[in-house]
Order: sequence, then C-alpha cells, then structure tokens
Amino acid sequence: MSDLINSSLRELSAALATRQVSAVELATLFLDRIEKLNPSLNAFVTTDRAKTLAQARTADEKIVGAGGSAISPLCGIPVAHKDIFCTQGWRTSCGSKMLTNFVSPYDAHVVEKLAAAGMVTLGKLNMDEFAMGSSNETSYFGPVKNPWNVSCVPGGSSGGSAAAIAARLTPAATGTDTGGSIRQPAALCGLSGLKPTYGVVSRYGMIAFASSLDQAGPMAKSASDCALLLNAMAGFDTRDSTSLQRPVEDYGRDLEKPLAGLRIGLPQEFFGAGMDADVRAAVDAALAEYRRLGATTLEVRLTNSGLSVPAYYVIAPAEASSNLSRFDGVRYGYRAPEYADLAEMYSRSRAQGFGAEVKRRILIGTYVLSHGYYDAYYLQAQKIRRLIAADFQAAFQQCDVIMGPTSPSVAFAFGAKSADPVQMYLSDIYTISTNLAGLPGMSLPCGFGANNMPVGLQIIGNWFDEARMLNVAHKYQQVTDWHTRMPETLK
Amino acid sequence: MKRDTQWEVVIGLETHAQLQTKSKIFSGSSIAFGAEPNVQACAVDIALPGVLPVLNREAVVCAIKFGLAVGAQIAPRSIFARKNYFYPDLPKGYQISQFEIPVVSGGGLAISVPQGDFLRGVGNAGDGPKGVQSQATEKYVHLTRAHLEEDAGKSLHEDFHGRTGIDLNRAGTPLLEIVTEPDMRSSAEAVAYAKALHALVQWIGICDGNMQEGSFRCDANVSVRPMNQKEFGTRREIKNLNSFRFMQQAIDFEVQWQINEIEEGRAIQQATVLFDPDTGETRSMRSKEDAHDYRYFPDPDLLPLEITADWIAEVKSGMPELPQAMQQRFQTEFGLSSYDAATLTASREMAAYFETALDSAGKENAKPVANWVMGELSARLNKDGLEIAAAPLSAQQLASIVRRIADNTISNKIAKDVFETLWAGDGKDADAVIEAKGWKQITDTGAIEALVDEVIAANQKSVEEYRAGKEKAFNALVGQAMKATRGKANPQQVTDLLKKKLGG
Repeated sequence: MSDLINSSLRELSAALATRQVSAVELATLFLDRIEKLNPSLNAFVTTDRAKTLAQARTADEKIVGAGGSAISPLCGIPVAHKDIFCTQGWRTSCGSKMLTNFVSPYDAHVVEKLAAAGMVTLGKLNMDEFAMGSSNETSYFGPVKNPWNVSCVPGGSSGGSAAAIAARLTPAATGTDTGGSIRQPAALCGLSGLKPTYGVVSRYGMIAFASSLDQAGPMAKSASDCALLLNAMAGFDTRDSTSLQRPVEDYGRDLEKPLAGLRIGLPQEFFGAGMDADVRAAVDAALAEYRRLGATTLEVRLTNSGLSVPAYYVIAPAEASSNLSRFDGVRYGYRAPEYADLAEMYSRSRAQGFGAEVKRRILIGTYVLSHGYYDAYYLQAQKIRRLIAADFQAAFQQCDVIMGPTSPSVAFAFGAKSADPVQMYLSDIYTISTNLAGLPGMSLPCGFGANNMPVGLQIIGNWFDEARMLNVAHKYQQVTDWHTRMPETLK
Repeated sequence: MKRDTQWEVVIGLETHAQLQTKSKIFSGSSIAFGAEPNVQACAVDIALPGVLPVLNREAVVCAIKFGLAVGAQIAPRSIFARKNYFYPDLPKGYQISQFEIPVVSGGGLAISVPQGDFLRGVGNAGDGPKGVQSQATEKYVHLTRAHLEEDAGKSLHEDFHGRTGIDLNRAGTPLLEIVTEPDMRSSAEAVAYAKALHALVQWIGICDGNMQEGSFRCDANVSVRPMNQKEFGTRREIKNLNSFRFMQQAIDFEVQWQINEIEEGRAIQQATVLFDPDTGETRSMRSKEDAHDYRYFPDPDLLPLEITADWIAEVKSGMPELPQAMQQRFQTEFGLSSYDAATLTASREMAAYFETALDSAGKENAKPVANWVMGELSARLNKDGLEIAAAPLSAQQLASIVRRIADNTISNKIAKDVFETLWAGDGKDADAVIEAKGWKQITDTGAIEALVDEVIAANQKSVEEYRAGKEKAFNALVGQAMKATRGKANPQQVTDLLKKKLGG
C-alpha cells in the first residue's frame, strides 16, 4: 500500500481498474495521512471523511460496473481542491475570514469536470487569502509549512496544493495562477504544475482575484500526471465568456515525442543578477540535460519583462478591488457584529473580514482606477501588457519554448519577506509576464539548492502549446528523478 | 441678474428603457414583473463568489433595433465597463454598463410639439377634431448615445422596522439607457420627446413601455440661461420621472426655481434632485461634492461586443416599418392628411388595425376607414378602457361597415347602430346585421316617391311654411320621411324628391 503514495496517476488508475486497490482504500490511505500529517503542515483547511468516502464508493461502483471497459483514467483517484474553487456542500473560504461561513451551493466548472471524471475529493486546500501572496502567510487559517523544511514557506498562493502533494497527502491537486501561484509553489515544493493558456480552463466558480489573469491548472508530481488532469479540466464552458471554444485535445498526445531539434529560448532578462547562485546551478544543469536530449539553446530578448511586476501590480489590484466589492456582508460571508448604519456595516465588515495584504491591494486598485489616475496607471499598464505580449511573440519566432528559473530563490523562511511587500512581489518576477501575455507556463523540479530545498525550472510555451510543453517536461522527467523525490521525514 | 431677463430653458433627457428579453442581460433568470422577492435571482444575480456574466444576445438585438430606428451608428465593437459603487441592492458592488464606447451613438428623433394643451395625447384622438390640422411645431432631438446596462435590485424600506429588505429580482434586468443632447427648450418639448421615444420603443418591440412598473423611466437634466447666452447654465438632474405629467410638472417647477434662485443672486449648484408628486416640488438628493467616483474600467469578464454588418442586416430585415416611414406612405399612398397619418401611427397596433381594415375595405375608402378608426372606434375603446388590440370589433368587421356605407346600403346613422351591434358581438359582419335587423337602406325610387307623397299629404302645415320661405320646415319634412322608415330611406333621394315635388 505505501508505494501507492508515490505512484503516478496512470499506475493508480491501473491498480484501481485491476482492483488491486479500491477507491475507498485509496481515499482512506490519503485521509489517514492527512489526519496524521496535516496538523504540522496545515495544507488542508477542510476535510470531510464521510463525504470523501461516499464519493469513493460511487467511483468503485463505476469501476466495477464498467467491468474493464473504457472509463475515465482518473476514476477513483483522489484529488484536493484549492479553497478558491466553489465546491457544492463544502465550505469555500478562499483563505479568508470573510468566507469562513460560506458553504457553496454550487460547483465550479473545474470541480464539476473532475467529479464527472470520477475523481474523489479529499478536501479543500489552504491558500493565501484571495490568492494574494507568494508564501501562504496571508491565509486566515495560518501559513502552510513546506514539507521539505517546516520552517520555510511552501510558496503561494497555491501553497496548500503544493505542500499536500509534496507530503503525499494527495496525488493531485487543483491550483490557480494569477501571477505565478501554481508555478512558484510547485517550484518551492519540488512538483510539476501547469498554468494553461488563458481561456483553456473555465473560471466559472473560481473565486476571482484578477479576472484577466486568473487561470486554473493542475498540480501533481509529474508532467504526465498534469497532462491527464488537464485533459479533464480543460474545455469550453458557456458560463465563462472568456473561455475559449476550441476542439477537445489530448494534452498527453505528444508526451513521448523526441526532443531532437527543439529550440529552447533563454531570455537574457531571466538570467540576470536577481537569481540566486544555487538556483542558477540547477537550472544550468537542467539545460545541459536538454542539450543532451537533442535540444539546442539560444538567447532571446524579452526587453520589457522588467516592467512586468509594476504593470502587474497595477492591473491585478485594479481588477481585485472591483472583484472583491461583492464581499460586503449583505448577502453572505462575514458581517461585523455591531454597526450604527449602512456605511459602518460596510466598513467594519470589510475591515474585520479582510486581512492586511488583501486590504493593501484593494487600496492600490482603488487608487489606480480613481478619477485622474486611471490614464496614468491602468491604461499605461495595459499598454505595457501589450508590449510584453509582443516581446514573447517575437521570441517565439526564434524558439519553440522559453526556459528559465521559476523563482529567483528556493523556499525562504517564514517572515523573511512578509514585512516587505515589494521583496515578496519580486519572488514572482519570472512568472508574472506569462500571465500578462496569457501564455501557458509550467514549473518542474530540476534539482536541489541551498539547504537541500527544491529548485524549479520554468517552461513557457506559446498560446495553446500545452501539449508540447508537457512533452518537453516529460522527456526530461524520463531521464531525471527529481520529480519522484519526497521529503525523507514524511516517508 | 435683472428681473426683466428673458430666460432660455435647456433640457436633456436620459431614459432607461427595460428591454423585452426573456431573461436577464447576464444570466438566465426570468425578468417577469411581480414575482415574490428573490425568486428570480440565480447565483449570478446575487453575485455569489466565482460566478461570471454571460451576455444575452437578445438584449444586443434590441439595441441594434433601436440604433436602426433612430438612424444612429451601431458600434462594430463596444465595451462593457464596470461602474463601481456600494449599495445593498447592487450585489456585485459594481454595475455592468457601457462607458467609453457605447453600442449606439448619434441619431435622433423627430418630434411634433403640440401647441396649447399638449398633454392631450393621441389616446384622446377620438374626441378630437377629425382630419383637422392641429397646431404643432416640428423639431429634431439629437441623441448622444444609447448603451446597454444591467438594472440594480430594489431596497425595501417599508416592510421592515428599522431594517432594509433586499429584492434582487430586478437585478440584472437589461436596460437601454438613451441619452439626448441638451436639445429641448421647454417642458412641452421634453414631454413630446419622451412620448415619441415611448411610442418608438414599443413600436419596434424592445420595451413594453409600462411606466408604472418602471419599464420606462426618465431623468431630466435641466438648466436655464439668459436668452442668447452661448454657455449652458449649471444643470440639476431630476431623477426617476415615471409619468409624462410628473415630468412636465417637475421641469416647470425646477425651471421656475432655478430662475428665482438666479434672480435672487444665488448661483445654481450642480445636484441630483427628486420630484415629489405630492408637493409638486423638486428637492436636492445629493450635491456634486457627494458625487461618486465610479472608477469605470473595462469589465475583464466580458469580451468586447462585436456587431457585424451581417448581424445588423439580419436584424434590419426583421424590423417593422417605422412610424415615420409609415406616416409618409399613408399620405402619399392613401392621400391622408399628415394629422391623420400621425394619429393612425401613434401605435403599431393602431396602424396594423387601420391597414387590415383598409385591405378589406379597399384603398378608395382610406379616408372613411381612417375616420372610423380615429373617431367611432377610438372613442368606443376609450369609453371601455380597452387597447386597440383588444377591440371586440375586428378590422374586417369595421371594413364591412365602411363598404356598406360606400355602396349606399346603409346611411352613416344606421352604420353607427351596426357598429354598436357588432361591438356587442351580435353578428358576423355588417351584412349579417343589416339583414337580421332589416336595416337595408330604401333606395327604390317608387317606394321613396310614395313615401314623399305620404309625408306631403300628412304635413300640410310644414309644406305651407316651406313655401312661405321657411327653410327649416323642409328639414322637418325630411325628418318625417326618415322617421317613417326608421332611418332607412336614402336621405339624398328623399331630399331630391321632396324638392322636386314642392317645386323647389
């Protein structure tokens, strides 16, 4: 049984189909690990054994009923959802005091699709409040600990998702990525995570942070696991106007394609002074491995990438300030216990219900949209956004994928950056530009740096190039074993 | 300011027309009026976390229809924006509207401003002069823009002691906000424009025009300036005028108030005001200082609205003939006066009734058909409080009456009895009624001659008076002949024969 926690999703699928293990047994295995390990990691904020086992029983019935005939390869496999996804009958808190009492009456598109594939929900995962953070320290439920070193952050905002997989509390998880929130925690926890092209996965039911940047994606141990998950998550949804109507594709179709002739672009701007030496060493080693696999590397320019952090911190807070207006204490969510009038009900409910980082971003966003500042900030940032997207398109004239570090450093200690928001914001310096350009990006483990903490390699593809990126990641994972490593202490 | 200053009034109107779609502008909820609170509010309408808006195509079709009807430009690409403010009946904390690029811009409406008692509208046409040119001045009101947006919910203050109830049934109802240039110069012009717009949106089927239920509500921006001054005065906006009468009263009061203020040496402050129908006064609701900063920005949840030429052509092909084109046609094709043409096109239903009746009665009877529709029929509808679509007398039945007048089967007087009989549902058409009641006009010369002889013999006194020069006595004799036949004798034949026999 114990090797099941390290199994790939394909292996779990085979074990379930051949009845070496039942979905109920598998769910129980992970629920027991959660019960034992979560108190020290704080990755899960909600579990419900009865609900989970009921879903597992249904999955078992489906598998038995199918009698070996074709069924979703994910049927009976456990998954856990970032608490940003509305999940019917489950508390959906988004890491905020504001929603500690909110039990969703409906399922997000992603939740619905994975449930339809037969996946069994283990619970809801901790996250930075409203996905605003890069260290999981802004969660109302307290920080998630990095399983590789519990004095370090797991990254954010999908820190609960990353820590849960790294600690083998779940084989797969959902995440969301607005500026790096899938890739950066994947890097800091030694996992594979993919942020798809904007519009590939429906945002319906995913609590909005910055609508034009938010995108859901899979997090798992390997690229091939991510491909399976993305197959189930992606697809057109009439309920999201920004969802793209495209033919259904198998994102794993090119996994085994040889990499000979692959052109890897290395942006000068991603290999500058900001990157720690240990990260550089691991990334360089990975690039050498790719050259051995037949790829060539070349230098490309992303001239405007230095503007991505400032542009992002105008656009994302602007959208957030408006998206979070619905949390007003009127219809659901937290309402201050005492107030004299309507204005005070609003101000107290929001002052008490939101944490400091969320309030900071609402203030920034409100400011940049204000009369007289809109042109100077918001419009200007949108123009920069177009320039950044154009840089990438120019680069993709020369190369097939772009590579670089996911994060400038390995996981840092709690409190190291939480007092300085700008330092914290800079930890997403390599990931933010892909969100601004709507491009797909992924992170995969490529070694260990200082204090034996994982390092992530980032792969950025052109729009809709997910299958190629997964192929590029998978071939690397066939010749390396970084993605199979797990923290010794948790074995 | 001197007291003998001549003042010019400047008015611009903003109208919210609720669009006649099946569902809300960004969700699938029904927009039917009068449901129990919050039963027509789905996850999207109450703004649960994670929900997203999806544009209702039918609302866009309504906007295209409007743009075509007023000769405006329809933007090939327009943008939905968020208007941010907090209010308990605004679930998202922002309203989705259009700001920088509206779907419709420009265009305008030709209006006819009646002189004198302008509030006597077309609904009373039956009592009005038939075929008489009314005193009216023509004017063209330019439109600035028309944009799509969603309505908010309702706050209910009365039923909850010390608390406020929220009904989100109306939240997300599609609206077209139609904004004019400051083109109107009197309350009469404002009301004439509002009425013309009210008729038009119903004509093209995009709004039911129900003002009591709030389907059509106007805000008036009012300012005054000394005659011949170029710059506009400071304006105040009167909110939520939901009847034409209130609009006129509110503007008249506001204008007088502003003139008084200025004449007493006080400057007008920009403000939003409410009209109180009980006192007939306007009062300030909020001043410019309290004005919101709405922080408009393009809604990232919605794609730009793209409208192709093909889509516009498709909508156009399904549009009814517009009232002004129809008025022109009625004049040239049927020789009707402009007054008749305007009256008959006051509503699409009335025009349709007229045209159906005309199809059946024949083009040569256009004038009598018009008179019957505007006269007898409209009066009868008014009396019973019915809309023309609910008239118990069909257009074909009305035509059957007109046909029998034209071919002398019945007189105008009998025709009114036929009308009443058919109105009461007694009979299939005029012929059936005439047959059943024996109302066929007597036109047989022999029979009329015998009748005239009888009348002369029985009324020697009147005959003598007539011969002595009393014209009135002749009418009495005609009357006797008609009475003897209970109105069925052809009055012209009776007159002719009487004159002949009396040597007149």
